[in-house]
Amino acid sequence: MKKSENESRSILAGTELSTFCPHCHQALNVFDPATRKIWVRLAVSVHGAKGELLLSPQFDVFERQADIELSEGIVVDDLSCPRCGESLVEQQACEECGSPAARLVIYAQSKLVDFSICTKVGCHWHGMSRADQAKIKPKVSRQKKPEQDALLRIRNFNEVSYGLDRELALVEASRCLDCKKPACIAACPVEVDIPGFIRLIREGNFVEAARLVKQKNALPAVCGRVCPQDDQCEKACLLGKKEEPVAIGNLERFVADFERETDSVAIPRKAPPTGKRVAVVGSGPAGLTMAADMVTKGHSVTVFESLHKPGGVLVYGIPEFRLPKAIVESEIDYLRRLGVKIELNSIVGRLYTIEELFASGYDAVFVGTGAGLPVFMKLPGENLCNILSANEYLTRINLMKAYAFPEYDTPAPRGRQVAVLGGGNVAMDCARTAVRMGSREVSIIYRRTRDEMPARTEETEHAEQEGVKFRLLTNPIRFIGDDRRWVKQMECVQMQLGEPDASGRPRPIPRAGSNFLMDVDMVIVAVGAGPNPVLFSGSPDLERTDRGYVKAYTPSGRTSIPGVWAGGDIVTGSATVILAMGAARQAANDMHAYLMDGKKEWV
Amino acid sequence: MHTIIDRRELTKGDMISITVEAPAIAKKIHPGQFVVLRVNETGERTPLTVAYKDEVHGTITIIFQVLGKTTAMLASLKIGDAIKDLVGPLGCDERFTKVGTVVGIGGGSGIAVLHHIMQGYAEVGNTLIGIIGAREKALLILEDEMEALCERLLVTTDDGSYGMHGLVTDALSRLVEEQVHIDQVVAVGPLIMMRAVCEMTKLYEIPTLVSLNPIMVDGTGMCGGCRVTVGGETKFACVDGPHFDGHKVDFDELMQRNMMYARDERTSLLTSIRAR
Repeated sequence: MKKSENESRSILAGTELSTFCPHCHQALNVFDPATRKIWVRLAVSVHGAKGELLLSPQFDVFERQADIELSEGIVVDDLSCPRCGESLVEQQACEECGSPAARLVIYAQSKLVDFSICTKVGCHWHGMSRADQAKIKPKVSRQKKPEQDALLRIRNFNEVSYGLDRELALVEASRCLDCKKPACIAACPVEVDIPGFIRLIREGNFVEAARLVKQKNALPAVCGRVCPQDDQCEKACLLGKKEEPVAIGNLERFVADFERETDSVAIPRKAPPTGKRVAVVGSGPAGLTMAADMVTKGHSVTVFESLHKPGGVLVYGIPEFRLPKAIVESEIDYLRRLGVKIELNSIVGRLYTIEELFASGYDAVFVGTGAGLPVFMKLPGENLCNILSANEYLTRINLMKAYAFPEYDTPAPRGRQVAVLGGGNVAMDCARTAVRMGSREVSIIYRRTRDEMPARTEETEHAEQEGVKFRLLTNPIRFIGDDRRWVKQMECVQMQLGEPDASGRPRPIPRAGSNFLMDVDMVIVAVGAGPNPVLFSGSPDLERTDRGYVKAYTPSGRTSIPGVWAGGDIVTGSATVILAMGAARQAANDMHAYLMDGKKEWV
Repeated sequence: MHTIIDRRELTKGDMISITVEAPAIAKKIHPGQFVVLRVNETGERTPLTVAYKDEVHGTITIIFQVLGKTTAMLASLKIGDAIKDLVGPLGCDERFTKVGTVVGIGGGSGIAVLHHIMQGYAEVGNTLIGIIGAREKALLILEDEMEALCERLLVTTDDGSYGMHGLVTDALSRLVEEQVHIDQVVAVGPLIMMRAVCEMTKLYEIPTLVSLNPIMVDGTGMCGGCRVTVGGETKFACVDGPHFDGHKVDFDELMQRNMMYARDERTSLLTSIRAR
């Protein structure tokens, strides 16, 4: 049996379909009181003899009855509609035996779909176009990716999700409706051809699928893991209106992992060298995207990174259990193979200024330094010992591998009762890291409710499974220390939700007299991040907003200094990996046009 | 990788000076600024203030006291060995102006930093007086260099084995008693010394600059581990400092904060000794 038949069989297994004539649109189904079954009734002619043929509409059975002799293996002369008499046999041939095929119309899942059957007696082939298969496939629910058990995973830093395997990915891919006007593409900041790559998965062409994603997204293995899909592509998925949307993120991760694990990563063909040099400041998601884009366009690219490892927030911020560092390393290795040079331990603004980069021969500079400055709440007692920023906690543990102390020299702060302030992904990362570091009680302190939490649904669910407590509608107002100035308590106030504020979320209002004390011995402040001013100390001309972010035109990313572009968190403030990548891509297109076009106009 | 091209023991195995190749940093670093280094792959990022730079040869010199695992590892490196990561210059570039008479007070390894800062003050034509102190004579560093730079140098030892018997603050009292006009004091050394100096100069209303070295991870403003309360405001020593108005610094808080990982630091050192 051919694979396509296999597939449609399994889809149709056990279903009983309404059938109609494609010409007169009258029903072909008849009820036979003798057998108490519904049959499909067709007129048949064989060697001049005409008769009636009854087919079981349960397509997996394909039972038949006829009032004339139909010996196994013969091809009937004609199949026609018993009501209008029109022949159903068409040009299309059976894929199994090559005999002519007859066309019916079947009604499935509120749609009329063409359906072919073979005219050779005994041949069980029936076929549909691929699009039709998608239309009539029975309901398959969203596939869950296997995960480490919560009790097990809180004792290690290994990745929580194992990702979809081949079979699950095929089933999940079959859920895609392959819409004519896919809303998911428009909802993706880098406009990945989502139905396209899912189609390739369905065809079993995983490597091609990965390459299709990579045309738009340089870091699919990363984005498949950390993108807020539930707010982007999956939110727009049409299937999501009725049931759960297609697990686009999991599929993206699957193809990227498949490509990497099977060593099928190919280096794309680069454009001929242009002789132009591009300096990229910062090796986070924006910088890496810019570097990948510009190097494939034929420019020579150098990335300057201030830390001793490239990757930016991907290495210092996002924990191993959510994004294994080996994946980031392989993405960076890919860039190096593309020819990108990465200079570590190089702080632009201190070691070199932007002006000096131009003077040393760079033709364009991209600033993608991110939002790396931790924001504190400016509450009394915030400088007590064991109150620290999410950045410090995560950097110590992820970048400096403090979880392996004393094998690695950097110590990690520890606490039994840990409070994490904030409700974003970073807060979840800190809380889940603290659980793994052996803290007995870890609480998320958030001033609004679960619905307003900016974290991905998957992260809050995982945190909850791992025993993290959620203290919602709660806000700290001061910290109390012991005689050694270590934090021992935190005074909080209960909140209630008021009218929406500038961000569109309901404004939390303190409830008078609801103050209470909470015992804590470690507090992690994860309420956001600001722009790091180090870069600007050497480039005061770079225009900035009141909040200290770089002023850049959308969508080009051009700044106030000719030849300097900016993108990512340094322009928008803390956002997501994918938005930074989208901004970098647009800046790269503009930069390329600027470098290649002799005119150096800067508006 | 940054190769060590010179290594000297300034005191018996305790105070070490190393000179490493770092041409780009040497070109940019100013007195009082620091670098963050990581000795090897498992090492901790450690901030250390630069004592000299040599732009011509492209080197910087770091003088440090062996206190924990990182400094012990650093001390064990020989000429020709390399430091894995070295990043800088970090900290604000202090603009030195002519103020008149500057008294520089240094204690322990802080003398090395002080010497570099005093060079900065000397370049713009200030009159310099130096006060340097150590626990005992054997631990005193850079006496000759300071002598050459300053118009007058006072040396103190806690045990009286050399120079004045007493603390650096006693030497400062002497200057005040002698009614020497002082426009500016710069103090670099242990926190307890800087606090004592600041308490004293506050009485005499002499502006005092201190150079702080709190716990930090990245040194670029990213972690906030190095926060210090200065005049009631939280500052990051790595990007807002490391130089601050000593009269405004909350030293008590900083002392406790610097002790945060004391136990871990001991564990780290002991584990590495046992592993040998």
